[in-house]
Amino acid sequence: MKQWKTILAAAALALASGTAAMAARTDLVLGMPLEPPHLDPTAGAAAAIDEVFYANVFEGLTRIGSRGEVLPDLAESWTISDDGKTYTFKLRSGVKFHDGSDFDASDVKFSLDRARGESSVNAQKGLFAPIDTIEVVDPATVKVTLKNPLGSFLYNLGWGDAVIVAPESAETNKEKPVGTGPLKFQNWAKGSSITLVKADGYWGDPVALDKAEFRIIPDAAAAIPALLSGDVQALPNFALGDALAQVKADPRFKVVIGTTEGETVLSTNNKKPPFDNLKVRQAIAHAIDRKALIDGATGGLGTPIGSHFAPHNPAYIDLTGTYPHDIAKAKELLKEAGLADGFKATLKLPPVGYARQGGEIIASQLREIGIDLQIIPVEWADWLKQVFTDKDYDLSIVSHTEPNDIDIYARKDYYFNYDNPAFNKVIDELNLTSDEAKRTELYKQAQKILADDAVNGFLFELPKVGIWDAKVEGLWENSPIQANDLTKVKWAD
Amino acid sequence: MTIYLLKRLLIGIATLIVASLVVFLMLEVVPGDPARLMLGMNTSDAQVDLLREQMGLNQPLILRYLDWIRGLLRLDFGKSYTYSVPVIDLIRERLVVSFPLAVISLTLSTLIAIPVGLFAAARRGKAGDTAAMAVAQVGVAMPNFWFALLLVYVFAVWLRLVPAGGFPGWGNGIWPALKALILPALALALPQAAILARVTRAALIEVLNEDYIRTARAKGMPMRAVLWRHALRNAMIPVLTIMGLQFAFLLAGTIIIENVFYLPGLGRLVFQAIIQRDLIVVESVVMLLVAAVVLVNLIVDLSYALVDPRLRARQ
Amino acid sequence: MNEATPHSEGFGEFVGRAFGNRSFVIGLVIALVVAAMAAISFFWTPFDVTRLVVADRMQPPSAEHWFGTDHFGRDVLSMIMIGARNSIAVALVAVVIGMGIGVPLGCWAAARGGWVDEALMRFNDLVFAFPALLSAIMITAVFGPSAINAIIAIGIFNIPVFARVARAGALSIWPREYILAARAAGKNKSRITVEHILPNIANLLLVQGTIQFALGILAEAALSYVGLGTQPPMPSWGRMLFDAQTLMMVSPWLALFPGCAILITVLGLNLLGDGISDIFDPRSRRRP
Repeated sequence: MKQWKTILAAAALALASGTAAMAARTDLVLGMPLEPPHLDPTAGAAAAIDEVFYANVFEGLTRIGSRGEVLPDLAESWTISDDGKTYTFKLRSGVKFHDGSDFDASDVKFSLDRARGESSVNAQKGLFAPIDTIEVVDPATVKVTLKNPLGSFLYNLGWGDAVIVAPESAETNKEKPVGTGPLKFQNWAKGSSITLVKADGYWGDPVALDKAEFRIIPDAAAAIPALLSGDVQALPNFALGDALAQVKADPRFKVVIGTTEGETVLSTNNKKPPFDNLKVRQAIAHAIDRKALIDGATGGLGTPIGSHFAPHNPAYIDLTGTYPHDIAKAKELLKEAGLADGFKATLKLPPVGYARQGGEIIASQLREIGIDLQIIPVEWADWLKQVFTDKDYDLSIVSHTEPNDIDIYARKDYYFNYDNPAFNKVIDELNLTSDEAKRTELYKQAQKILADDAVNGFLFELPKVGIWDAKVEGLWENSPIQANDLTKVKWAD
Repeated sequence: MTIYLLKRLLIGIATLIVASLVVFLMLEVVPGDPARLMLGMNTSDAQVDLLREQMGLNQPLILRYLDWIRGLLRLDFGKSYTYSVPVIDLIRERLVVSFPLAVISLTLSTLIAIPVGLFAAARRGKAGDTAAMAVAQVGVAMPNFWFALLLVYVFAVWLRLVPAGGFPGWGNGIWPALKALILPALALALPQAAILARVTRAALIEVLNEDYIRTARAKGMPMRAVLWRHALRNAMIPVLTIMGLQFAFLLAGTIIIENVFYLPGLGRLVFQAIIQRDLIVVESVVMLLVAAVVLVNLIVDLSYALVDPRLRARQ
Repeated sequence: MNEATPHSEGFGEFVGRAFGNRSFVIGLVIALVVAAMAAISFFWTPFDVTRLVVADRMQPPSAEHWFGTDHFGRDVLSMIMIGARNSIAVALVAVVIGMGIGVPLGCWAAARGGWVDEALMRFNDLVFAFPALLSAIMITAVFGPSAINAIIAIGIFNIPVFARVARAGALSIWPREYILAARAAGKNKSRITVEHILPNIANLLLVQGTIQFALGILAEAALSYVGLGTQPPMPSWGRMLFDAQTLMMVSPWLALFPGCAILITVLGLNLLGDGISDIFDPRSRRRP
């Protein structure tokens, strides 16, 4: 048997196409679960577009670094007027687009005008709404004037939706993206992979990789064998669930658990009886055992949260003790609400592992206090329509991945159907405050109100699970924004 | 003969027309709005409406159906919602994976099944027959996605002979592409081979019971010669019928198998399109598959006539 | 097609022949064991599968959990028992739908002939032109994934199968002398169909029924595997395989047991079908 395996393995080695070269590798295959619908980051909300192209192919005036900091990118430097309304950007010189054309101030004006224009299909049009005028001072200088001062403007310009494109190629970027980054687009085999190659004449430090392939691998079931067989060398952000254990034990791989901005909540329809009753929501909060949930749905990696706020944020306060796991208390509360015998409700789950697996666990936990949940798995299309748009749901599980998004609870008609004037007041004040200490204080108040109101079941902060070959260096550990920045990635010898 | 084939052809066309109606009507009741899905969670209704208009979703049903049919006839299937490229391009890209996959697995299954069927028929009732048919029974009963899973772990993860999934494209050489197709083809072929082997054996035994074969045997003609010269040819009708039916199974089977191996083929295209409500793609691919089935059945009808001169004379 | 056998042999002899048929006996035993497992699961399983004990997850097979536990700490044996119930229910109802609609259609076409017959054949052509699994995936995706929709999707494709078998069987019976005699005696076609045709094609339908039953179990498993069949928390074999496939290296038993459950059940049903077909086939009596 052993001998047989050796022979086969030798044969396999002979068949393998030259991967045994001794010099450090310069190619990398990364697995990602979702395929971008098209390749233009300025014309779609799909995170998968940014995950391939952000910082690699497309660059903005500023960019977000691995720790979430704002860094200069195509803008070398900038000055801000005293009233905080006028930004003057000094652009980098000698920058070329991948099609050979030069980058200058007119491209900046074109890109920002296109993003905020009437017919813009930019998914984050709101980012550009504060802009009043854009003025080309000279080919290397752009002056942007805002309607009102906005502390987060430089950060906003670092989003993938705000990258700079050229007028010549803007319309064809969906199929053949042309940017200014260190890698250029080579090929998109639809349904299979996207390949980038090193761009010549890049203005900054050239990348160590000659070729990077993003391979679409739909689920963990396919990702595990692909990783174990060496087809894929990195899964930068892949929910493997329980299967992670077998990869962790394997010295060939490095497993990095990072943070995300994803607050995973048991979304609750706050206007629909009996969920409009605070006691019922509190009972649910008491019935949830976060530890079991995190173990079962994320392989033990999520961080428990007690409100809608990311634990790594400086303004975070730990409110997980607001309604501790306590079945007796939960039953008591249900009884007070006049529902001693429990009730039936539905739980609509989008097609993501944490929701589908977490949903089964939540249903089992709520059954302990007599709440009988019918699980309804839905595809994203139906989730967006039924839950998010039509608010036709009782409970759902979803991760809210936008950074600093506690203000969604103040939005009119948001799908939680939550409306608390006290909370809205805090958010209004927050929008007008620029003093950091004061803002932190307001954030804390907001968190506390949501926790006390048990608006949603606050479950856990989604972990970012990155797995890559132990010899690969330079991939991001956290995901302050959705990106796979390859600019510093290399193979150790 | 000609009239017979002409009648089959007309039936085939009628089937296609009714099928197109069924497909179109069924997909019009799909819940979910593709425009909203494409734009994501944080977009305004106005933007969604704009896209609906651009995609022609606001037109009356009947116009959309007629437009669609007119397009189908000119091989212009429209534009995919999710990929925003012409569907025909997508199909062309996917066919270079799915078609070779179907051909390889059909070939594999035939190459396995016919010899096994001959072997079992020649040794009818003996140990060899019993063993071969027992294996075939297991093959028929095995869920192919489970078999695929076992293949992946043995040949890709453990032995590392072939990739665990994915497809490098034909541009990087024939051999890597073939290597990526071997396991899926095998997973598809085995259950089909098991069925085909059973049918072949049964058909052969049927023929062997005929008087003229008994006569030939009585005259001292060796079993092997009888099998090859007389029996196999006459047993071809049921075997061909099953192969025709299997082609449809094979096309559908690729949906599951292409998902296991994440091959960028037609099956995965249509599966993802169903999930993403990319109606145009679903409609086009389903129609293409239906057309393929109808065409294969026509070919099977034609080949009946070719292998069986009696049938030709009768018509 | 051959007439039902009791004319030429006694009932005891017939039963004896049945139990002398190896396929029939093995198939029957397997089918009975699976059915018994499913029946028992209604009032007893070793563990409660609706209670998730996450702390006990992924335990290997042991004296307590014979087949181990899954990623939620559920007992795999209990899930397989309930999964059997579920598979049987889906496949059986789909067969009932197929027979309930297909057999009357087939008999009607055979009795009436003419345009009815032609229409039925064209309907068959139409349904057979759709790859069954693809259409089932489409139906369950469009109308929402659930066991009920899986039953309907599988059932629809059973209709033409039974219609075809019933029609072919009935057509071979109609020219018989005793049918002609019955017609001469003034019996109408529907009465003849019920009194003479159906009993004579029952064996064919039974054989086809077991085959479609087995195919139904495979189809349900495939649909559940892609997430469009039976929905959690109800355990199903296909879903168990889906959940297990990421854990092949750590907990291979999770994929092994449900896979074997499907394999053995389908195998048993196919053997049973073969057996029944042999028993009713008079030529099998001629065989040594």
